[in-house]
Amino acid sequence: MSALLEVKNLKVSFFTPAGEVKAVNDITYSLEKGKVLGIVGESGSGKSVSSFALMGLIDPPGRIVGGSITFDGNLLTLPEDQKPTRKALRTSEEAQRSMRGNDMAMIFQDPMTSLNPVIQVGKQIAETIRLHNSQLSKEEIYQRSLELLTLVGIPGPKKRLKQYPFEFSGGMRQRVMIAIALANNPKLLIADEPTTALDVTIQAQILELIKELKDKIGMSVILITHDLGIVADIADDVAVMYGGKIVETGSSEEVFHHAKHPYTLGLMDSLCNLDDACTRLTPIEGQPIDLLNIPAGCMFAERCNFCMKICINEIPPTVVDGTHQTACWLLDERRPATI
Amino acid sequence: MNNNIIEIQDLKKYFYMKKSFLSKEPVILKAVDGVSLSIVRGKTLGLVGESGCGKTTLGRTIIRLYEPTSGRIIFNGEDVTTVPFKPFRQKMQYIFQDPYASLDPRKTISDIVGEALDIHNMVQGKKDRAERIKELLKTVGLSSEHASRYPHEFSGGQRQRIGIARSLAVEPEFLICDEPISALDVSIQAQIINMLVDMQASKNLTYLFIAHDLAVVKHISDFIGVMYLGKIIEYSASNELYSKPLHPYTKALISSIPVPDPSLSRNRNRIILQGDVPSPVNLPSGCRFRTRCPIAQTICAEQEPPLIDMGGGHLCACHFA
Repeated sequence: MSALLEVKNLKVSFFTPAGEVKAVNDITYSLEKGKVLGIVGESGSGKSVSSFALMGLIDPPGRIVGGSITFDGNLLTLPEDQKPTRKALRTSEEAQRSMRGNDMAMIFQDPMTSLNPVIQVGKQIAETIRLHNSQLSKEEIYQRSLELLTLVGIPGPKKRLKQYPFEFSGGMRQRVMIAIALANNPKLLIADEPTTALDVTIQAQILELIKELKDKIGMSVILITHDLGIVADIADDVAVMYGGKIVETGSSEEVFHHAKHPYTLGLMDSLCNLDDACTRLTPIEGQPIDLLNIPAGCMFAERCNFCMKICINEIPPTVVDGTHQTACWLLDERRPATI
Repeated sequence: MNNNIIEIQDLKKYFYMKKSFLSKEPVILKAVDGVSLSIVRGKTLGLVGESGCGKTTLGRTIIRLYEPTSGRIIFNGEDVTTVPFKPFRQKMQYIFQDPYASLDPRKTISDIVGEALDIHNMVQGKKDRAERIKELLKTVGLSSEHASRYPHEFSGGQRQRIGIARSLAVEPEFLICDEPISALDVSIQAQIINMLVDMQASKNLTYLFIAHDLAVVKHISDFIGVMYLGKIIEYSASNELYSKPLHPYTKALISSIPVPDPSLSRNRNRIILQGDVPSPVNLPSGCRFRTRCPIAQTICAEQEPPLIDMGGGHLCACHFA
């Protein structure tokens, strides 16, 4: 099967007065049609920034500084040999604008702030449809909006279209956000922590809805979250990010049952398990990495229990085992015999 | 004297809101609507529920950040519902949810932690004060050189440690932890939980642990109360609650926790509740949960089920449990 999305050596940096923040530092992955990719990581790991880059939503002082994104056969970033002249950037921006919200759509973390509070929900849905389908009549757009609200399971859609966001609960607003994202039958849905602001019972509803819609529409989904439980539930493939890099990627079976990277293992250990009567948690010691001062070698070296000299000095290679890839010196044959 | 450090009897906290400037009748929001519970010294009571169920209001009313509408709070055998704060607040402290908002950005860490010491006259002289602050920072895993820094120089996890050091400064016996880890990253959460567990063992602290993450609550608590719209609907020892939940809401809540294991989470029977939590301003008649309950009958709309003992101290408020 062909890949819908291919990200190669993507780098995103923010140029702040304090220095260059390498938020996304050389990540590579691909996503096939109809699959769900879960990107897990802590805050500051670059998981959101990497998806903002896909949508072309990186604002100054941030910028894509290298690598390529290919979506559905089209190159979204500037070709390697082309200089980022103003004209080249404008053409690339125009191409992205026609695709954003059309073939590729995004739902955000906070349903409370991502809708406009002074515009009726129906108008906000209609806006997305009209932008990409200027030939449709008002009536057609209205019918499509109704259809969308029904699709995401909002009862009484006719009445709801005329209401304002404050009249909706958190879960219902997230449903509206999903309806807007699905307005033009996207091929790829990027969900950035879609349930973090919601309660567990509502979270279960929304996740069930995303699963159901994915099969119905046949779209691919990138799900960004910090909750390993959510990923285990719905993702086909998993990428674990730390300090702007992907440290481990593979099918969810591989990553959850045969994790190899010390960070992934550490994350699993630091979780509370519902079934075991564990008496003590095993946390990952230390603090998350400061992206202004990134180490020369492995991002995780400072907190890693298995840290070797080579980890501090050299960037770890990516060790490939079928679809399971891990960036760690421990798994490389060139590692020193003694620590 | 019995062994309960705190007992709460039929505690209520109503908020009165005016609907509009034309109507004179105030609208009553029943945030906490008749909660009774007690905590044994040295144990942890976990309180879980969705947002808006009143768990934070309950915590804040117990420490009297909100004045209770009615009911009694008995702390160490003494009724503290209306007495002046100062003496009992030294023994009862609060850890806040948001480590970013709960520290004054213009004060140094030693000022933040030392303020409590000054208020309760717990140190004599500057040297003693600095010594004590150093000791407190060490207890929570920070070093003494951090004392002169400002909050913005710390990460979320470190800030939460400062918040904990501040509440420990006055040597409390009872701590109300209001979602102390929900703003933190997973790898940091475990550090804070372990620290809370260690401190409880070494200082014989009692915790009221408020959280919405059921896995964490199960780990840290001896007993768990489940709240829904201002009432406790189920209460039992923590292991029993997870192995034998009785209330349909608790069952749904437990089944909707995401499990970090793909083969397990895909094959389990999940109860997905329909709809949203009703507004606490317009409570449903009878059982509060009936509008979302999968097994609701006509009796549920007519009578409110009482919280009764189903055997072995496992309390549940449901007609069909």
